[in-house]
Amino acid sequence: MKNWIAGAAVAMAALTGSAYAEELGDYPERPLMLMVSYGAGGATDFQARIVTMTAGNEDALGMPMAIVNKPGAGGRVGWNWFATQAEPDGYTLGAYNIPHFIAQSIEGGVEYSADSFEPIANWGADPAVFVVGAESPFNSMDDVIAFAKENPGGLTFSGAGLFVGHHIAALQLEQAAGVKMAYIPNNAGGAGAMRAVIAGEVMGGVNNLSDAFRAQEAGNVKVLGVFDLDRNDFLPDVPTLKEQGYNIDNASVNFRGVMVPKGTPQPIIDHLAATVPTMFENGRVQSRMKAGGSPMHIMTRDEVLEMWAARQETLEKLLAGL
Amino acid sequence: MDFLFYMGDVFMPMNFALLLLGTVGGLILGATPGLSPTMAVALLIPFTFQLEPQQGLILLGAAYTSTVAGGAVSAILLKIPGAPANIATTLDGHTMATKGEGAKALQLSFLASAVGGLFGVFLLIFLTPVLAQWALAFGPSHLFWLAILGVTVIGTLDSSSVVKGLLSGCIGLWLATIGFDDIMGAQRFIFHPAVSGGINVIPALIGLFAIPQIITMLTKGRSRSDAEVIKVRRHPIRLAFVEVFRRKTALAIGTITGSVIGLIPGVGGQIAGLVAYDQSKKFSKEGEKFGTGHSEGVIAAESANNAMVGPSLVPLLTLSIPGSPTAAVLLGGLLIHGIFPGPDLFMNYPEVAWTFIDSMLIGQILMCVFGLYIAGFAASVARVPHGVMAAVVLGLAVFGSYSVQNSMGDVYVMATLGVAMYFLERFGFSAAPLVLGLILGPIAEANFIQGAMIANATVGLGSYFFTGWLNWLLILIVVASVSYSVWMEIAHRRYTTKEDAVAKEEALS
Repeated sequence: MKNWIAGAAVAMAALTGSAYAEELGDYPERPLMLMVSYGAGGATDFQARIVTMTAGNEDALGMPMAIVNKPGAGGRVGWNWFATQAEPDGYTLGAYNIPHFIAQSIEGGVEYSADSFEPIANWGADPAVFVVGAESPFNSMDDVIAFAKENPGGLTFSGAGLFVGHHIAALQLEQAAGVKMAYIPNNAGGAGAMRAVIAGEVMGGVNNLSDAFRAQEAGNVKVLGVFDLDRNDFLPDVPTLKEQGYNIDNASVNFRGVMVPKGTPQPIIDHLAATVPTMFENGRVQSRMKAGGSPMHIMTRDEVLEMWAARQETLEKLLAGL
Repeated sequence: MDFLFYMGDVFMPMNFALLLLGTVGGLILGATPGLSPTMAVALLIPFTFQLEPQQGLILLGAAYTSTVAGGAVSAILLKIPGAPANIATTLDGHTMATKGEGAKALQLSFLASAVGGLFGVFLLIFLTPVLAQWALAFGPSHLFWLAILGVTVIGTLDSSSVVKGLLSGCIGLWLATIGFDDIMGAQRFIFHPAVSGGINVIPALIGLFAIPQIITMLTKGRSRSDAEVIKVRRHPIRLAFVEVFRRKTALAIGTITGSVIGLIPGVGGQIAGLVAYDQSKKFSKEGEKFGTGHSEGVIAAESANNAMVGPSLVPLLTLSIPGSPTAAVLLGGLLIHGIFPGPDLFMNYPEVAWTFIDSMLIGQILMCVFGLYIAGFAASVARVPHGVMAAVVLGLAVFGSYSVQNSMGDVYVMATLGVAMYFLERFGFSAAPLVLGLILGPIAEANFIQGAMIANATVGLGSYFFTGWLNWLLILIVVASVSYSVWMEIAHRRYTTKEDAVAKEEALS
């Protein structure tokens, strides 16, 4: 009797094992879950909800995707969970934010690195911009840097925290301009950092392009420069930092996309990598994202792998001096 | 008077149906421990994808309004605040319920909520441009002093002695330091993966309030058979109206404190109720009755936490900056329809903006009507045998803690804190100051560090934290609050005598 059970168990294991190894089977046969390591209502959560809303369509995955928020400690809680406890079964997906999680893994104290995850596809790219209050005497980045040169360490500017895109942009600016400035990380994230600029608590700030665009429309701030390689469609009149003579690349751009934990079967990764970008290209998704002021930037798995590797290298160099 | 012009839109069949749905749903969600207003609104966002922007916002606005008030139901009947905003309601509300005045407490709380809520929304309607400037006036130094003002409340809040109040406040402040710190990302006291994100306020709240209640219910159910029935006296609604408007001081203090605190981004409704409770206790002629089931306590706390709803949306609607987590979720709900809040919101989308505000106005009234109706069922809740009630509450506690971040770690945190609190209560400590410490710790710390960084780069610490009329005003209130407590302490020396301890033990069991 015992032998019979053991035999059956071995057969079962072999069957399921081989099914996974060789082909996709019926995947996905139940709803999927997308872990977002920021709270409900934040930009990442908001965008994740829009780009996954057509997952249940027949031409996409054919199964709906549920958003599960695991916020805390600037995303560290969610990504720690995703690296160590998430099942690599293809039903547990996660949202990534670059450069945040790579910068955090270089800083240390977390249980993940770029090697813990397998990217699927990228949906958005939100560059950092430099903003000052509407009444500010600064009208270009040169004005800002001139002030900073006269008052070393005396120019206060806000950002969403340490080891996030804003902080990377701040470090790049200090390095490229060769000045010392006072970066003030805000405990209430991008919204708090923007408030500090509008209220005049700080002289300037690094913030998300999407939020700065809205604040400029509302007449509260001036946007002086974009930390990206090219100008952005939402703000075609604002020059990049590079155009203004500062050697700054797109290392601080906040890339958002979907990934799975390492160990997820290769056929599933391939299937997702082929399907998910088409899901992002859906017309309804595109129009909702545009309406919300969220810049889209769709990248395939191979492009994302390349981008992750490039970021790892840049950030290691940039953060080595801290 | 634009808001009157768009009032008709609220009563269109579809809109009104959504308003009803939002209000009733909000009351139920609000009464469930762990489902905070922020979560309730976030849960509803996907449903608004299919609706017109106007209809979506009606649903969200009504839900926001009534979840805040719904939290009072569990606070009063079970001594488990539905959200941090309802902590102060437990102090007198639950004591009233144990004395058989549960129905009265519920009626008072819904009426006070409606008065406070309507006042708050009217502020939003008439004074938004003025208030927007006020919301920007609070920088890091002011928020730091405001948090310190909150700390001064700790000692006098619902404890048998000031020393024990301060001690439990310190435990709360220590718990708040666990996890990655907000600004520097340094790791502190992370001894288990469950606390790596810090102690979340909601699971802590559920644990600290619900678990001691559950243990008490279970122990009582076994030892005394008569303990199963709490009498609930009927209370005519007319008398509740009379009572609410007779307690003018508490109502006014609650409403004004709630409106002012609701306006300040980053502090929000979590402490509005507690500060209002403490202030009306200090101003009341019957201050010593607070904590013994005094109606003023319920009125002050509940009018404050609903008054904060309207003003808390001012920074969002005028400056496009979400001032509270719930406002951030509402911002998502607006953006998804391509509506950017800002000064021209009322110009570009008047039908959306005004209908949204009108729906909160009507929502307050509907919430009050349904709330008064629900108060009639208070008796049936009290008639449930303790064993059954304990099981139901335990289920809700586990569910509520888990659902905040979908994390089992939060359930462990909830259970551990809860069991510890059961024993602390036996020694005369109480949960409210502990939670207040947990809420205020991060506000005080993060703002001090930010302020210090700005100060060091510019004017220096001394002049940054000690100059400016708003700093002076806040420091003055802090000093006044501390001196009042010291004076009261000397005037009526409160020691925990053996008789006190026995009385407290009997009250608990």
